[in-house]
Order: sequence, then C-alpha cells, then structure tokens
Amino acid sequence: MRAIGIILAGGNNHRIKQLTQKRAVCAMPIAGSYRGIDFALSNMSNSHINKVAVFTQYNAGSLNEHLSSSKWWDFGRKQGGLFVVTPALTAESNAWYRGTADAIAQNLSFLKNSHEPYVVIASGDCVYKMDYNKVLEYHIEKKADITVVCKDMDKDVNVERYGTVKMNEECQIEEFEEKPVVAKSNTISCGIYVVRRRQLIEMIERCKEEDRFDFVKDILIRYKNQKRIFGYKIKEYWSNIATEEDYFKTNMDFLRPEIRDYFFKQYPDVYSKVDDLPPAKYNVGASIKNSLISSGCIVNGTVEDSVIFKETYIGNNCYIKNSIILNDVYIGDNTHIENCIVESRGTIRANSYHKGENGIEIVVEHNDRYVI
Amino acid sequence: MVKKEMIAMLLAGGQGSRLGVLTSKVAKPAVSFGSKYRIIDFPLSNCINSGVDTVGVLTQYQPLRLNTHIGIGIPWDLDRNIGGVTVLPPYEKSANSEWYTGTANAIYQNMDYMESFNPDYVLILSGDHIYKMDYEVMLDFHKQNGAEVTIAVMPVPMEEAKRFGIMITDEDRKITDFEEKPENPRSNLASMGIYIFNWKTLKEALLANAEQPGLDFGKHLIPYCHKKGAPLYAYEFNGYWKDVGTLHSFWEANMELIDIVPEFNLYEEYWKIYTKSEILPPQYLSSDSVVERSIIGEGCEINGKVYNSVIGCGVTIGAGTVIRDSIIMNQTHIGENCELYKAIVAENTVIEKDVKLGIGDAVPNETDPHIYDHDIVTIGEKSVIPKGITIGKNSVVFGVTTAEDYENGNLPSGRTLIKAGDK
Repeated sequence: MRAIGIILAGGNNHRIKQLTQKRAVCAMPIAGSYRGIDFALSNMSNSHINKVAVFTQYNAGSLNEHLSSSKWWDFGRKQGGLFVVTPALTAESNAWYRGTADAIAQNLSFLKNSHEPYVVIASGDCVYKMDYNKVLEYHIEKKADITVVCKDMDKDVNVERYGTVKMNEECQIEEFEEKPVVAKSNTISCGIYVVRRRQLIEMIERCKEEDRFDFVKDILIRYKNQKRIFGYKIKEYWSNIATEEDYFKTNMDFLRPEIRDYFFKQYPDVYSKVDDLPPAKYNVGASIKNSLISSGCIVNGTVEDSVIFKETYIGNNCYIKNSIILNDVYIGDNTHIENCIVESRGTIRANSYHKGENGIEIVVEHNDRYVI
Repeated sequence: MVKKEMIAMLLAGGQGSRLGVLTSKVAKPAVSFGSKYRIIDFPLSNCINSGVDTVGVLTQYQPLRLNTHIGIGIPWDLDRNIGGVTVLPPYEKSANSEWYTGTANAIYQNMDYMESFNPDYVLILSGDHIYKMDYEVMLDFHKQNGAEVTIAVMPVPMEEAKRFGIMITDEDRKITDFEEKPENPRSNLASMGIYIFNWKTLKEALLANAEQPGLDFGKHLIPYCHKKGAPLYAYEFNGYWKDVGTLHSFWEANMELIDIVPEFNLYEEYWKIYTKSEILPPQYLSSDSVVERSIIGEGCEINGKVYNSVIGCGVTIGAGTVIRDSIIMNQTHIGENCELYKAIVAENTVIEKDVKLGIGDAVPNETDPHIYDHDIVTIGEKSVIPKGITIGKNSVVFGVTTAEDYENGNLPSGRTLIKAGDK
C-alpha cells in the first residue's frame, strides 16, 4: 500500500451543545446505525489503507468503546491495523495535544516507523464516501507537496466556521483563510489532506521546534507560498457534523432517497460496530411516515419525518415529529416530541411534551426507568 | 496443554426436506429465521452463552451458505486461539471414505477433532431448533447424577407423544426405558436431540458400533449405552423449544415472534442471540407505508402496507403493496401493487409489480401435499415472478419464471412450478 492514514478525532465542539458533554464529536451517532468516525474509517478501509492511527483526546470514552475492536472495519490484522492513540506523559512531553499538528508531533514515531510513502489525514467528524486513492493519484500527478480536498458550498451556506480556499486555474491554492469573518470564497477545505510522509515529518518537526501546533494555521497557511499546495474538488455529498444545525441536517439528509441510495446501497459500504440487536418491531398502533428506524426499536406510536436510533422504545399514543431520537431512549406513553434531539439513554416520562419552538431543542432527561 | 471441559458437536448436515424449496439450495440450519437470523444462530448463541467455546459444526448437505455464515465465528465470539468454531465436512480417507451416513457416524468420523481438546464431556446438538437453553445447567445435572449420558427431554401433550422419541424415567429422572414414536406412549417426555456424553462413554460406544450402517444416536448409540448398563438420565427442559422442521411449523414459529410479548423474546438483554449482520443501515418507512404487528430487519425500504409479517434485511416493498401473514427473507424485492397472503418468500427473490400470492381456494398440492399445506404459498430463493401473475394457495414456485410459464397469468392453488434446483 502506498499510504498510511491518520484520523483526527480529538476535537470537542461547543457548538453542538449538550450532546458532546459525554462524547467526542466523532462518536456522535449518525443516520440511525453509525457514528461519525465510521465514515472516515470505512473510507480508509475501502481505500485499502491498512495502517491507520486515530488521535483522540477530548471525552474519548465512548469513542474508545466504539473502537474497542477494529475488526468491524477490517483492521484486525497483523500487518498494520488500527492504532488508537491518546496523549500520554512521556520523557519529552507532558502536554495535551495543543493542536492538530501537535497531535501528529507527539506521535511522530507512527510516521517514522512506517515505510509507506504517503499519508492521508482525515478528520473524523465528517459524513462522506471517498476513495482516497483518487486524491493520491491527483496528488502525484500535480507533483503537489500537500493536496487539500475542497468542496464548493452552496451560496446560502455560511462558511464562517470552515477554512476557505481560493485556487488558480491549475487548482493550486493561492489563499487559505481559517474561519474567515467575511469569506472571500465559497470553496471550503474538507479537512482531508494527502502529503508525502517525509515531507510531513519535516514540516511537523519544524513546527515542533518553533512551538507551533496547528496543522491549518502553522502548515497550510504558513507554507502556502513556498510549497505546492493543491486543491482537489469533490462534488459528492460531504457534510461536517460539528454544529447542532449541521448535525441535525446531516441526519435528516438520510430521509432523502438519493442520499440513502448513495450511502446504503452503492458500493462501497460504510461499516460500523455490530450491536447484536433484534429486528425492529411494530405493534398495533404504530404509524410511521417518512422515517428511519434502527434495529432493536419497539414502536407503538406515531413517528413522522424523524430518525430513530437503535434500541428506542416508543410508547402508545406517542407523537414524534421532525426529531432525532438517539440510542436506547425510552419514551413513555402519550408523549409529544417535535423538533427535538433526544440524548441517548434518556428516559422520557409518559405524558411529556417537548417542542423546539425556535429551532431545535436538545432534550436530556434521565429519569428512572422501570422496564419489565 | 489443551483442555476443554465440554465441547459441542453440532449436527448441521441434514437437508430438512420437509421445508421444500427453502432447503433446495441451502442446508436447513442456514435457512433464515425471524427476520435477521438463521436457524443455526440459536444453538451457536446458546453455546457461547453457556460458556461452551469449542464447537464443531458437522456439515454435508449444501454447505456454502452455512460456511459463509459461520466464517471464523466472529458474530458469536467463537473466534478463539484454542477451540472456537470449526466446520467439519466429510473428508476422504486412505480407505473406507464415506459421507456422513448417520448422526453418530458423523461424530465417529471426527473422533480426532474431539480427542484434540481432551474433553471430559461432549455435548451433541442439532442445528434445527429454536430455543434458548443453558447447557451449563444441564451439565451440572449430568454431574450431580453421576450420569454417563444425559438426554434433554421436554414434556409434550400425550396425544402428540407418538411423534417423538419418548423417555420413560423413574422418580429420579433416571431413564429406565425408551420408545421411538410409540403407538401407545408410556410417558410424555420427548427427546430433544440434545445429549451430554462422558467422553469416555461416547468414545467407547462409537468404536464398538463403528461398523453399524447409518449409525444413529437414537436408534443405536443410546440403546447400546442403556444395554451396557450405563446410567442414563433425562434432563427436563420447560422453556420455549420449537422444531421448525415443516413449512407450517416454520411459519408458525416466525409468527410467534410478533406477539406483543412473545413467548420467545428476542428483546431481552439476558441471553442474546447473535448473528452475522451483513446489512447495517436503518430501515426506511415512507409516507405511504403502514406497518403493524410486524418485525423488520435492517436496511429495508418499505413503501407499502405490512401486517402480521416477518420481513428480513435489505427488503424493498413497493408502494400500494399489501403483505399479510407472510415471511419475506433477506434482499427480496417486491414491486408495486402486489398482494401477498400467507406467503413465504425466500432470499434474493424478485416479485414484479401487480403480483398476487395466496389467492383462491385451498387445494392440496399436486406433487408434495404433505410439504406445501396449510394454505401457505412458498417461493424459493433467487426466483423471479413476472408482473401481473396470480398464484394460489398451497402452491410453490422456484426459479426464474417468465409469463410463458403461467396459463393466462395464473398459477392455480396446489400447483408446483419448479425451474431451478436439482429436481
């Protein structure tokens, strides 16, 4: 294989509010059956990248649990495999990861001990399918030092929270702005990079000497005039889940038939940890319209335009509309939930009423659960 | 040194011919059950839940689906450094090569496999029943009684007892006599085909009877042990246990899963049933869908109306279609405006639009009246039913059919249309 992989999964993001209080963004449940990181991991696996490191830091508990066995993504092997690394106290460093470049710097041995000529760096909080080999071929063809995967966002999308790029006709990146106040371009960086391994080691070592820690600011932006940095534009579906709105929208996108077809039916598949849950069950009184229901659910009420994650119980006479119910939620009888995201393992008492009036409400309720 | 207290030998080689076309290309233990499961998942899950981590699966008839399903045993945590699951097909020997000619003969031919684990006890299982059972409790019973052979038995209604092998016991559950399918049963304790043998007893009995043609546990081995005076005990089991050997019992067992609180509950945290999940995505139910009293597997797209049915994984159901009292297995596509009543549709089948199944009078099947009965319509795997066809009750279709195969777009009740398989 020509490349090794790095998945950056350490970040926290307060724009996703209470939902990341107990988990990293990359461990956020997506589309009923998956978690954020499944997409990057499946892409790595389907691109035949056999050796992948996942850098975790913030609230890594549920992420580590999800990655406790690497066999679901086909990484359970002698050669290569999955390396989940958290910051550790060492002779050289007692710091947390102070940034993306620092995370790589603190694990430089992973790069140094590999022999593959290239590195694919991806972030774990994006929903997309990609053959990284295509980017790699482009990278080689352009004789680039770094290739950045980019996407033109729709005109109405606010790109303030992304890095925006401007390229010339050759697709070389001329301008790179991180989180611009007023964006000059609607082309954003998807947080996926291809770089030659030795080149990366050299740049990271330089950063380390200069006490610089951020991959975007201290490598991409700083070197944009010295190095050949190219953009690789994608037209396929790509979505970042790191804000509440985008998280909600990304999940709801899966109610569209073309999105389901693209992710669920077309080659290659997206993999995830297998949970051994029974099939979903619909009792008398169940009525489901335009919704996704995951395995292990028992439905007795009405569900419309919603995404219901695994092992959710929906009581009699409930009405759930335009909402996301995360894993293992118990919803008592006669409950009304509209425009909400219900946090996982919650127990909602019977006769409750939750409605997001101005946008989406996040419901976190942990009552005692009495289940026979 | 390798040492396992108890290993299991799972007999999975039978055809199960009473399931008709469902087992034409698949061994019975690999037939799909309860939406996402296959029949063998139940004994395999029982093994690992009972702490039995070494299982030999004896295969012979149509093993491909079974082999791919079992793989190296990952879904059941039976991928072990020592032990785990091993598929044991018949193999050629320098002399006297033969197929597995009987249940005990199959075990006899795998003596070396059992010997390599140096076991104290061997558990014999069959791969065609739906139940949850703790084999460890049965082993405790076996040890407490100082038994050499313990046979799991189940009380059945007296009038049905004549269909089973019946054990007659004293008050300590020591077996005093047994009868195979007796006219006038003296007891109602039916053998479940689950045995625990002391390894030494089993080995000796197998070697002593090696020359017996069609060596069988019920017919030869158990009588041999009894005659020899070995203590045989009956372990009474009172939980849910269902033989899914006929199309009707198979259909019934599936339908029992959709009760509000089913007798056989898959939703309990305790004693989970594991299976190989090939399809992960959630299921989508469209705005036109109606689903009531049904269980549905992963990755389905439901646009029609589904009542009282068991739907497998990756099934698509077109708009305007009505499905009642049916079993639809994995990856089957059903077009728009179809009507299915009491149908069993096997995997990877395509039913084009405007097809009606299970319409008409109840006429006994022309070729196999004892297989295709109880008004069930059966469609074999990888079949194609072209658009606009109507098929009656007690009928069976297997293979890629075209409009020319039907008279006026009709297959009346009780007819057999088989274009695939070994017939």
